[in-house]
Amino acid sequence: MCDSPYLQVANELGLTESDVLARLKNLLDNGTLTRFGALYNAERIGGALTLAAMKVPEMDFEHVAKIVNAFPEVAHNYARNHELNMWFVVATETEEQLAATLAAIELQTGLPVFNMPKINEYFVGLKLEA
Amino acid sequence: MDFDEIDLIIMRATQAGLPLVPQPYQVIADELNLSVELVMARFTAMQESGVIRRIGAVPNHYKLGYHFNGMTVWNVPDERIDLLGEIIGQLPFVSHCYHRPRHLPEWHYNLFAMVHGKSQCEVNEQIEKIAVLLGDFNLGNDVLYSTKILKKTGFRSRLT
Repeated sequence: MCDSPYLQVANELGLTESDVLARLKNLLDNGTLTRFGALYNAERIGGALTLAAMKVPEMDFEHVAKIVNAFPEVAHNYARNHELNMWFVVATETEEQLAATLAAIELQTGLPVFNMPKINEYFVGLKLEA
Repeated sequence: MDFDEIDLIIMRATQAGLPLVPQPYQVIADELNLSVELVMARFTAMQESGVIRRIGAVPNHYKLGYHFNGMTVWNVPDERIDLLGEIIGQLPFVSHCYHRPRHLPEWHYNLFAMVHGKSQCEVNEQIEKIAVLLGDFNLGNDVLYSTKILKKTGFRSRLT
């Protein structure tokens, strides 16, 4: 933690601070970066988070997607090429709200929800090459 | 851990991003009517407690040319999964690696690893590398690709 973090990065990279700031702004503006800042961990602030999946009949897919997406607790929802063809992330303030949201989704869609909360998370060493 | 009102307002002010100015913490402090020393101390404490995973850039995989993003799923023995998960997470092309519950008989995979490649061929090679590392502990695997984004809103605190 340093009060001039961009200057620190600039010095490490042999660039000027204004160059680092201009490049970051450019990368954000053109969509190469979706965000620059702190990544908060929802669970550590008392929130609850899970990944859930459903087996949705193809003919009902759009209708079910509309129901699921209407829940503000659903943060992401993806169609995937598997028998379990709808995968979504649910984030709430408490475990009770999480269970209630999943139950409400089951009730409104008439389909079972496969709840897959993380049991453990492993450290990743992702290195992207542009 | 202690997460109080001050942390909450700092989080709210910064979850969309850090100001791109020479003294970003000073700007946040001024906006919130706090001292910069307090803001920086809270950031440090939140990093140490794990409330903040890291401070940095969040790339758009797609824009970087990583058009093939696969959710690889593996069935490995529960008693070995923590060791195997640590190994798989270290691979440079894995962005997330989790132990999740099985749902038998429909779903027997317990290890999830998101992989990212610039071609289908590259992703196939990545899956093969994971398979080789898991060896005999791989009791079955699959890969799921997203065919459509149905909804995408980043995590936003709804705490009041």
